[in-house]
Amino acid sequence: MPPVIHLEGVTRVFNTGDNAVHALAGVDLDVHAGEMVAIMGASGSGKSTLMNILGCLDKPTAGRYILDGIEVSELGRNDLADLRSRKIGFVFQGFNLLARTTALENVELPLLYYRSGQFHGKESPAPAALRRVGLGERMHHVPSELSGGQQQRVAIARALVTNPSLILADEPTGNLDSRTSIEIMALFQELNDQGITILLVTHEHDIAEHAKRIIEMRDGRIVRDVPVTQRRIAADELAAAGRAA
Amino acid sequence: MKKRALFSIALRSILRNKMRTLLTMLGIVIGVAAVIVMVALGQGAQATIEAQIKGLGTNMLVIMAGSTTQGGVSQGAATFNRLTIADYEKLAREGTLLAAVSPVIFSRGQVIGGGTNWRASIMGVAPTYQQIRDWPAQSGSFFTEADTRSVRRVVVLGSTVANALFADSDPVGQQIQLRNVPFTVIGVLSAKGQTAGGSDQDDTVIIPYTTAQAHLAGRSFIGQIIANTFSPGDVPAAQEEIRSIMREAHKIAPGDADDFTIRNQDEIAAAASGTTRVMSMLLAAIASISLVVGGIGIMNIMLVSVTERTREIGIRMAIGARSSDVLAQFLVESIVISLAGGLIGIVLGYGSSILLARLTGWAVAMPPEAALIAVAFSAAVGVFFGFYPARKASALDPIQALRYE
Repeated sequence: MPPVIHLEGVTRVFNTGDNAVHALAGVDLDVHAGEMVAIMGASGSGKSTLMNILGCLDKPTAGRYILDGIEVSELGRNDLADLRSRKIGFVFQGFNLLARTTALENVELPLLYYRSGQFHGKESPAPAALRRVGLGERMHHVPSELSGGQQQRVAIARALVTNPSLILADEPTGNLDSRTSIEIMALFQELNDQGITILLVTHEHDIAEHAKRIIEMRDGRIVRDVPVTQRRIAADELAAAGRAA
Repeated sequence: MKKRALFSIALRSILRNKMRTLLTMLGIVIGVAAVIVMVALGQGAQATIEAQIKGLGTNMLVIMAGSTTQGGVSQGAATFNRLTIADYEKLAREGTLLAAVSPVIFSRGQVIGGGTNWRASIMGVAPTYQQIRDWPAQSGSFFTEADTRSVRRVVVLGSTVANALFADSDPVGQQIQLRNVPFTVIGVLSAKGQTAGGSDQDDTVIIPYTTAQAHLAGRSFIGQIIANTFSPGDVPAAQEEIRSIMREAHKIAPGDADDFTIRNQDEIAAAASGTTRVMSMLLAAIASISLVVGGIGIMNIMLVSVTERTREIGIRMAIGARSSDVLAQFLVESIVISLAGGLIGIVLGYGSSILLARLTGWAVAMPPEAALIAVAFSAAVGVFFGFYPARKASALDPIQALRYE
């Protein structure tokens, strides 16, 4: 089976006045379906740029990016938008939900922009997505009525709702306390066990160890790419913490 | 993207800032209302004038001496530069399309009767005049063909004259004097009101033209010949017919210009209502400036809104919105604001027009198409002034927009 993500010599150069900044200096990467990959690195290492390119928000200056069999490097703005709509679910550090908009409406948002008629005239998959992240009871709450962990669950439901090939999570636990972080990681692991490919950026080692594979970046290059030998299982951690309390 | 979703998104974000939306709308509300009130007043004035001109009589044609074909300067030969009874008789005899023809001899003079006196216009006409002018008598009757033939001294009073001389009694059967010649009042005409030019049509006395020629010497030439056709559709053909009869009567050589002018009701109406139309268009144009100002208000608020919602735009783009989706969202929002403002403006405009009519007694006409135009115009304002902010929103870079604090 071909990889979900195939990067080949991807560079990204920003021209800031006189000097060019090489945010990515030649990245090769393959991510296969069902993987759960954590990308680590200090700020300025290029991991955000990599995420933007993987998320089809940005295009490489040079090199090839093939997402689920589609050559991204050559696409225009509209095609990139369609690709995001179809193939990718985003989860952000700051949740990025629309304020004063209910959880259900937030989750339904990607369906508005989904161009093929897959969800047209059928029962909305949004309630099911919310139930999947454990928020079946809070569909009609607005973000300000939800805790940080619950907001992130809404965001994950929103990422799931179009059934994407890939979920990209940018510091998904960055704004959460450690217990809630583990709960969110438990959700990611559960979704990954159901076959969803997940890529997450984090700078916390113990969060990264919930993934199956860790990639470390420095100066725009991948400097380490290793499988996690002693993977943390969030559900077990939560059970242990429950016993301790 | 589904159209219904587009509207619900726009409505939701509009309702989120009720006060601001209301203030933004206000410019359009006032603009549309002002345009409607101005159009209503202008059309009201125009309708009043047109009704008055219609009141002159139906299918009426007026033949006057002198040609006005070139900038109002008479081009006719001097020989026959007047209308005569012979002209009238020839028209009455030969005009196949004419239902009725009457000469009109104009004069003014003192009218003595009922123990008082009054200065009024005196018209010498044929009995057909009543039919042509569509002017019923309120008491008594108009004079007859026999009266005309016998040159009887009978008179029909306009209502203004009747009221001036015989305020309390019925004038019919009374004696009056016109230029010291005694006449018997045989009828009083119903009130017709003012002409488009503002003169009182009822301030007149009407006598047979033969009597006018015989007894009111001095000004016996005919000022006008009026005629009417059987149906309004005959007017153009009748005009041609009159023209050829008149040219023959005046012995005008082919190629020479007419020494008379034929005007129909439409031309008279057009001339009179032209002025009011220009005035009302001018007023509407001034009022529509406030619509433009309202549009600028919308643009201003939409620009603020785009900046405020940069992050929202970023989110929408990240989850798959195309630039065109974002453009449509903001465009629909500004159209909804301006359309809603337009609808409120229509209600307000019609309301104040009615109020104005009640308070001042001015005539107002409210053509339904004015509302339609107002709605279309406010939608156009929404598109025009919403486009720049919407364009700005759609051109945002999703990465930058997501990072925006």
